[in-house]
Amino acid sequence: MSALTREETEALIQEVLEVYPEKAKKDRAKHLMINDKELESSKKCITSNRKSLPGVMTMRGCAYAGSKGVVWGPIKDVISISHGPIGCGQYSRAGRRNYYSGTSGVDSFCEMNFTSDFQEKDIVFGGDKKLAKLINEIELLFPLNKGISIQSECPVGLIGDDIEAVAKKAAKELNKPVVPVRCEGFRGVSQSLGHHIANDSVRDWIISNRDGQAFEKTPYDVAILGDYNVGGDAWASRILLEEMGLRVVAQWSGDGTLAEMENTPNVKLNLLHCYRSMNYISRHMEEKYGIPWVEYNFFGPTKIKESLRKIAGFFDDKIKEGAERVIEKYTPMMDAVIAKFKPRLQGKKVMLYVGGLRPRHVVGAYEDLGMEVVGAGYEFAHNDDYDRTIKEMGDATLIYDDVTGYEFEEFVKALKPDLIGSGIKEKYVFHKMGVPFRQLHSWDYSGPYHGCDGFAVFARDMDMTINNPCWNMMQTPWQQKAPGSLLKAAA
Amino acid sequence: MAKLRQAAIYGKGGIGKSTTTQNLVAALAESGKKVMIVGCDPKADSTRLILHAKAQNSVMELAAEAGSVEDLELEDVLSVGYGGIKCVESGGPEPGVGCAGRGVITAINFLEEEGAYTDDLDFVFYDVLGDVVCGGFAMPIRENKAQEIYIVCSGEMMAMYAANNIAKGIVKYANSGSVRLAGLICNSRNTDREDELIIALAEKLGSQMIHFIPRDNAVQHAEIRRMTVIEFDPTHKQADEYRALANKIVNNKKFVIPTPITMDELEALLMEFGIMEVENTAIIGKTAAELAADALAA
Repeated sequence: MSALTREETEALIQEVLEVYPEKAKKDRAKHLMINDKELESSKKCITSNRKSLPGVMTMRGCAYAGSKGVVWGPIKDVISISHGPIGCGQYSRAGRRNYYSGTSGVDSFCEMNFTSDFQEKDIVFGGDKKLAKLINEIELLFPLNKGISIQSECPVGLIGDDIEAVAKKAAKELNKPVVPVRCEGFRGVSQSLGHHIANDSVRDWIISNRDGQAFEKTPYDVAILGDYNVGGDAWASRILLEEMGLRVVAQWSGDGTLAEMENTPNVKLNLLHCYRSMNYISRHMEEKYGIPWVEYNFFGPTKIKESLRKIAGFFDDKIKEGAERVIEKYTPMMDAVIAKFKPRLQGKKVMLYVGGLRPRHVVGAYEDLGMEVVGAGYEFAHNDDYDRTIKEMGDATLIYDDVTGYEFEEFVKALKPDLIGSGIKEKYVFHKMGVPFRQLHSWDYSGPYHGCDGFAVFARDMDMTINNPCWNMMQTPWQQKAPGSLLKAAA
Repeated sequence: MAKLRQAAIYGKGGIGKSTTTQNLVAALAESGKKVMIVGCDPKADSTRLILHAKAQNSVMELAAEAGSVEDLELEDVLSVGYGGIKCVESGGPEPGVGCAGRGVITAINFLEEEGAYTDDLDFVFYDVLGDVVCGGFAMPIRENKAQEIYIVCSGEMMAMYAANNIAKGIVKYANSGSVRLAGLICNSRNTDREDELIIALAEKLGSQMIHFIPRDNAVQHAEIRRMTVIEFDPTHKQADEYRALANKIVNNKKFVIPTPITMDELEALLMEFGIMEVENTAIIGKTAAELAADALAA
């Protein structure tokens, strides 16, 4: 059941679109849909991965964010250079909470900002020489780095610097991978193209580096793809996989290393969590090395169980038994979490607006807690993401692509959710409207949310957000209907 | 004291902009005008005839050495040459790297901030690289900078195409500011009926051919000595041509928003003057074999 009927939702969309000029209205209408679980394809109902309209407040990022922030940044022993002016590197530094084990500045570098800090003269005369110098300085100061990636900011593309030539020369001199990535922010319509460009650069410069080298294989080798270890997610996932008897050879790219990535062509199966950001490299490994890949979902016990069995299906009975053993072991723990929090969360309505995966992947976890997702949308999804979303969401729920600031606020006013899950840019708008909010990019400085350990944290966080007494104190005493209710609510 | 007039010289690459500008400026200086030249070309060859130098140290070159433009003083970049002419080169990268357009923007901003446009100046001339390839090279014609544009051209087809394109660029900025086309300077290449052709083109653009500079080797003789004709041989008749141009510019009152013409109109003009032949549409897109077959059938 959704918050509104199909007709009411339709009327809401029309009403919200009403304020736009004709052309904008026509465009935005294509990005809004009412879910119908029976649909096979989202193609006729929603348009995605298109340029945002000027003047609306889009919440999207850029190609650089997709490459540096998402794919390359979390590889802990690779130093990613933000090549261009200082801002891109500084404001994308350490904000995504990709946890890693290691010593920052010695063998791990994710929290640090390496940048060529472009000045006017670098624009006019080109930045290639500075880049070459920077790479040498990195090698001198941080000799334990295993490789370097060059993340292009906008000016690099505008002035046509030949970073490929610099990278080739440096790679030869240092005898380690130096990867040029053409992820200038103006390319494409969102982060999404940055993921693709980053995947392609891994394909071209990393994936085949160890082809033909000896590798001690087991029949149970897998790689985790598209888990960025936000708040420790990948660790909470890895435990389950290892307990069922699999050997996790690589984590892409949260707490991952270059060596792991180079060894990935040896695995039996690629496990793909974030489809949007790593389906490209999964498909490439399938094509080139014949490695199958499977999408899985480690949010909430229902999906975890489903996924463990799905993964086990690719292996022999030993692993299948292992999966059942793991499920049996964790079910009482999960049941206890549900028993504790479901009564406090039952029937609460959630609206989501996140990146390219979570709007559909966390639906099951909310449902395990008796909650209902009444609206979901993506910043940078493509239609294959919406195809998958249709199946997860309830009938007649609202789905919005690249939602504008205005639309999101209006939808919230109409659907009156008990909780919104979105990003930092949205958080305080809804806090000021008095609506409980959790950041679903960074887990609001909490986590992990993946796996069984993560579910316990997830449930606790949702409860402490929704049932926080502060929401009853949003009105000043003289605006309260019943005098003194503020104190009562707080008590 | 008259108000400072800022003028920019545009035109097809290799047409003789820098040579014409420097000879013109020398003539102005000779007549007592205070003039500054701002070279807006990474080649930095807009002031060599005034300074008798190979290439002046440019703003961007010096900025790169010092760290940034903020580290420079005006006297570091400003040189004074023949007739008290102040010379500045914006400079820029070697071919194939960086962004020359940004260099022009940076250099002009620097000159403005450092107060290079002093009250005693009568004229500032911007000598700009061939085509207005990007925003950087349009910098001199933006708001509050050059208000008069002179286009150097000749009777050759490509020079006229370029002149028309530059006029299109001027229209864009003229509508939002006060920049105007002030005239075409015909730097003769000795083509047939050259003066009539440029006068006709100027009329179509709503402007004027302000002067016809005949071709004369005296210019090259002076140039190999890194001098203007005005300075090298003031008695030469070519020097009088530049004096005439200078005089016309001083007294110029015809500043217009140009009316650029379409490609078809331009081609019609060229055909009228016999520069271009009437196009035979029957042969377009046909291979040699097809044409031979057509000829047999006919």
